[in-house]
Parts: sequence; C-alpha cells; structure tokens
Amino acid sequence: MFDEKKLQEIKEHCSKWEDGVLRKTLDSVPESCEEFRTLSGIPVQRLYLPQQKDYMQDLGFPGEYPYIRGVHATGYRGRMWTMRQYAGYGTAEDTNQRYKYLIGQGQTGLSVAFDLPTQLGYDSDHPLADGEVGKVGVAVDSVQDMELLFRGIPLDKVTTSMTINAPTNVLLAMYITVAAKQGVAQEKLRGTVQNDIFKEYVARGNYIFPPESSIRLVTEIFEYCAQHMPKWNSISISGYHMREAGCTAAQEIAFTLANGAAYVEAALQRGLQIDQFAPRLSFFFNSHMDFFEEIAKFRAARRMWARIMRERYGAKNSCSWMLRYHTQTAGCSLTAQQPENNIIRSTLEALAAVMGGTQSLHTNSYDEAYATPTEKAVQIALRTQQIIAHESGVVNTVDPFAGSYFVEWLTDEMEEQAMKYMERIRSMGEGEYPMLTGVIKGIETGFFHKEISDAAYRYQREVESDARIVVGINKFKMEEEKFNKTLRVDEAVQCAQIERLKKLRKNRDGKKVQDALEKLEKASEGTENLMYPVVKCAGAQATVEEICDVMRSVFGEYKEKTIF
Amino acid sequence: MEKKKIVVLIAKPGLDGHDRGAKVIARALCDDGMEVIYTGLHRTPEQIVDAAVQNEVNVVGLSILSGAHMTLCPKIMELLKKRGVDVIVIAGGIIPQEDIPELKKLGIAEIFTPGATMESTVKFIREKLNA
Repeated sequence: MFDEKKLQEIKEHCSKWEDGVLRKTLDSVPESCEEFRTLSGIPVQRLYLPQQKDYMQDLGFPGEYPYIRGVHATGYRGRMWTMRQYAGYGTAEDTNQRYKYLIGQGQTGLSVAFDLPTQLGYDSDHPLADGEVGKVGVAVDSVQDMELLFRGIPLDKVTTSMTINAPTNVLLAMYITVAAKQGVAQEKLRGTVQNDIFKEYVARGNYIFPPESSIRLVTEIFEYCAQHMPKWNSISISGYHMREAGCTAAQEIAFTLANGAAYVEAALQRGLQIDQFAPRLSFFFNSHMDFFEEIAKFRAARRMWARIMRERYGAKNSCSWMLRYHTQTAGCSLTAQQPENNIIRSTLEALAAVMGGTQSLHTNSYDEAYATPTEKAVQIALRTQQIIAHESGVVNTVDPFAGSYFVEWLTDEMEEQAMKYMERIRSMGEGEYPMLTGVIKGIETGFFHKEISDAAYRYQREVESDARIVVGINKFKMEEEKFNKTLRVDEAVQCAQIERLKKLRKNRDGKKVQDALEKLEKASEGTENLMYPVVKCAGAQATVEEICDVMRSVFGEYKEKTIF
Repeated sequence: MEKKKIVVLIAKPGLDGHDRGAKVIARALCDDGMEVIYTGLHRTPEQIVDAAVQNEVNVVGLSILSGAHMTLCPKIMELLKKRGVDVIVIAGGIIPQEDIPELKKLGIAEIFTPGATMESTVKFIREKLNA
C-alpha cells in the first residue's frame, strides 16, 4: 500500500539515521540491555518502519473477512463489550446475592463459577468434596440449587456464561429446566457453556471421562444447541488456562485454535454441517502484561480463525468465520506482595483486551493472590472496566492500533509462530481428521504439557535471575503489614448443602429419578444425543453426581499421565 | 562418601487442578539434584500418605490453590502421625496469611505463598535436612 519509491527513500534514510543520530545517541546513552523481548520472548527491534502490505487482503475492514480489525463494523461505538465478572462462592443463595449486587453495579452479563465438586461431577456429600464445597465457586448439586442461584433474575433478560466442562450437559440441562420454570423457552436463552474438554486434560484438570466419550459429549452440545438454542454459544474454546499454566502468547492462540479446529473436525465426523454449528463457537483468551503483544495476539487470532474456517473447512456463512471471544486478565500476573498494585496490572491488561477487540471481559480483583475476592475488590475490578469504557476515550474509534508499524509487524509475527505450532500439531495427526487426531495425540503423549511446563519454568527462572522485573517481587520490595481482608467461605456451607441433599433425596419422586437415570444409561451405551435424557434427569431432580455416575459407569474415567 | 539423595513427594490433594506451581517446584528440586515424585492431580490424603511411605520420602510438598487447605492439611498431618511417618511437610499455594499460624501448629514446617522463589524452597529443604 506504500509507494515503492517512498519505501526505498525511507530505507536509505534509515541507514543514514543509524550512522548519524542513532550512533551518537548510543555513544552517549547506551541502551539498558542488549536485547529487548516481549513477555513471551519475542525479540523486539528498536524501531519499526512502514512495510509493504496488501491492505485489502491482510487487514480489510471491521466486520469483514479476515476480521483482523474486529468482528463488528462499528467496534464499541455501537455495542460495548459485555462486562462479565466470573463469580460464585458458598451456597446458591450467597452467589445469587453477589449476582444481584454486580448487576446493580452495572455489570452487563453473568458468569457462573461452580465449585470443584460440581465441576468434577460429585455431590457435596462425596468424600472427595470435603473441604471444597462452595470454595472456588458455588455448590450446585441439583436443579433446586440452580433455581436458587437465579432466583429473581429473569433468564430472558441476561446472558449467562457457565464455566462447566466435563459435566456440561448436566448443568446446561439444569439451566434449561430453571428457565422453563420461569416461563422462558430454551430457544430464547442467551449465554455460553465452556464445554472445552481438551484444555482440561492439558492445563485445568477438571476432566472426568476419557477423550473419546468426552468428544462425543462436546459435539452433542453443538448439535443440541444448533437445533434448540440458536442464541447460545455451544462452547468457549479456551486459551486462558493454558496461558495461566505458563505457555506463551503464540502457544496460547496456537493451542486454542488447534483445539478449535479439532472440535470442528469432531463435529464434522459426527455428521454436522459446518455452518450449522460454527457460528456459535466462541473463544476465551488471557490478557497478560505485555500490552502490545496481547493486542497483536488478539488481532492475529481473529485473522487465523477466519482463514482456517473459510479456506480449510469451507465455511460459507460469514458468522462461521468470526472469532468472537471473552477475555480475562491474567490471574498469574497478580502478586501477593503490595496487592494494591494488582489494580494497575488488571487495568493495563483490560486495556489491551479492549484494544484487541474483545466481546466480553472479566477483570481480576486485586486480592486474588490470597483468596476469592471480596465484594469491595470486585467492585474496583468492575469499575476498572467502566472507566476504560466511559472515560478513557479508547472506544471512540475501531481498532485504533491498526497501521502501527510495530503492532502490524507483531501481529504477523504472532500469526507466523502460531501457525508453525498448528502445523506441528496437524502433522502429529493422521487421516481425514488430522487436527482432531493430532490434538488427541498431543494430549496423550504429553506434548502440550511439556511445552507449557517448559515455558513456565523458563519464566520463573527469568524472574529469579532478575532478567525479568516484577514490581514487589524482585524489585521495589518493601516491608508490609499482613493482608487480612480476605473473603472466607464458612465451613457451614458444606453442612447446609449436605442437609439440603438429604432432604432432596427424601422428598423427590425416587421412581421418577430411577427411570430417568436408567434411560440415560441405555442412551449412553448407544449413540443417542445424551442432552435429551439428561434434561429428563435434571427435571426429575437427579443430582449432578447421580447423573455423572451413570456416564462414569459407561464411559470410564480418564487417568492423566504426570509430566513435569 | 556420596551423600544420599533427598527424596521429595510433590502432591496435589483435593480436587484442585492448578499444577503450574507444583510442576515448577518439582523441576527446580530435580535440577538441584533431588529425586522428585509428583502424584498428579486429585489425590486423597490416604493416597498421598501411601505414596510418601512407599517411596520413603524425606519431604512432602503439598500444593493447594482451591481453598481447601484447612480441611486437607489436618487430615494429611494426622495420617502421617498415625502411621509414624517421619517427614518434613511443606505447603504452597493460595493460602491466606491468617491461616498460616494454624497450619504451622499442625506441624507443617513452612508455607510458600505466591511470590516465593524456587531458590528459597530448595534452600529451606537443604537447611532442614542439613544436606
């Protein structure tokens, strides 16, 4: 898009500049280190200059292929990103209060954090649940809890994201049941289930069943949503947790898009048509501390996904090409030291997410290196987003960093590195579905685990050798008072849940539960979409564990290989 | 005479899936010449104590980021005591400062919270074992 002659002129002047002004400056003030690198280790040059680019092919317009400049034609001028704080703790009543508080403070979407027993398919009275009930999220054992969780919140008015993976069908079925009780048909529901099992095997650890059965469950959700829940995102393909586990920015988008392509192939293998399910695939990324690297990462991911979907999988519907995503600021960047500094970290990360064009955002609270956040800390985190949205002016124009010599270069570099990784994963696969088989191979051989733990170890060594500065950790340290303002989840929550379970089992129609579970077992042994029998189980007030136990008995359980 | 290798069990009790810290520490201890066994995720207190006994470890490192430490740590410490296992137990993860005195009272030698270095962990183990 530049005149060749002008580019030549710039190049010639650059040599002169290097020998003149630059040399003189370096002689009097040497640079602070020999090599400058991004957080992920990409070397950064002193200066970036205009480069020859095909504007229409490589950048294009917002709302148009390849979407590097965003999926909406008007950016945030028409629709602000959804402010969606991941929240859940204690009982359904506790969390319901927190949701109402957040909505009252101007939050625009809900995001449910379930406790670990729920995410792993155990009821609150299971021995493994001891101590974990209501801790990192809300305890949901049955549709009763789900109903309390959304009491007074009209489900046709809010969008709800649920971080649920291995037992996605169970919790989605309970949500649908509660909505129906409110008089809201499933067709009208808007929201997202995470439903991304691959990254559970790789980084997050909340898996139940082996890959083959898990993939069946994932694609059943695609199918069910395509048929009955047209406004629901059937998956949130997540790079967030792999990044938290230590991988680099390029690995984050490479592994996430590889997983995405693997799910696409799994759905095709099931017999779904690409444009039937692809428009409802959504994504979830991390926003870390390196401002430009993150912006470049988001932009690159959008262009890559558009090309993959259009060119490799032949999607025709433009909605299938669009990478829409939620972002969360980097939990692993928070420090326990001088915790107030985390407010600034979250602000910078949130700003990068917005400059990258996110559709939805969670900002971490400053006290999360200690515990789940207090109401005050969450309030500041939400206000951070509101200040960016309404005071900073960054939303006034679309994709404001486009055309920055550096950001465009870094976007290309990010894409190149990520594509190399994706090719590697593809080459590990075989047959008609090389990404699907490649990703499964990568999980089973520990390829992803090794890549991630290598990067995590490298980073930690950089910090400990002072090659990387983290304020309050290896520089600008100070004596501090003990930090004692953390949220505590009362142990009484567990007792209350156990009592509620006892009552539930006594008062419900046991025969109806038994019948529903037996139908589920039969269906699990066959090929029917399990969402239908699971919805029946949820309606009959079967518990999360009872439903999961049926699937466990048919599918078996996944045992991970331990690699460090 | 060659010194006997220090054997460390890095364990993930409970349902927590965060293992970045556990793995980074495991690697650092390995690089320092210790023998490290990593349990993997979702271990019960019984499984952890069994592994400590079977592998004749000198140190057990517990990594907990789920907030369940005040339930899991006492269980593990009690089981170790019951079975007469003589090991140094250390813990790490997302642990509020106000819980630390009680965990130490249970006999946990040190708690490493966010920001703690690999180096400080290695040093602590070496000093405790005079090795």
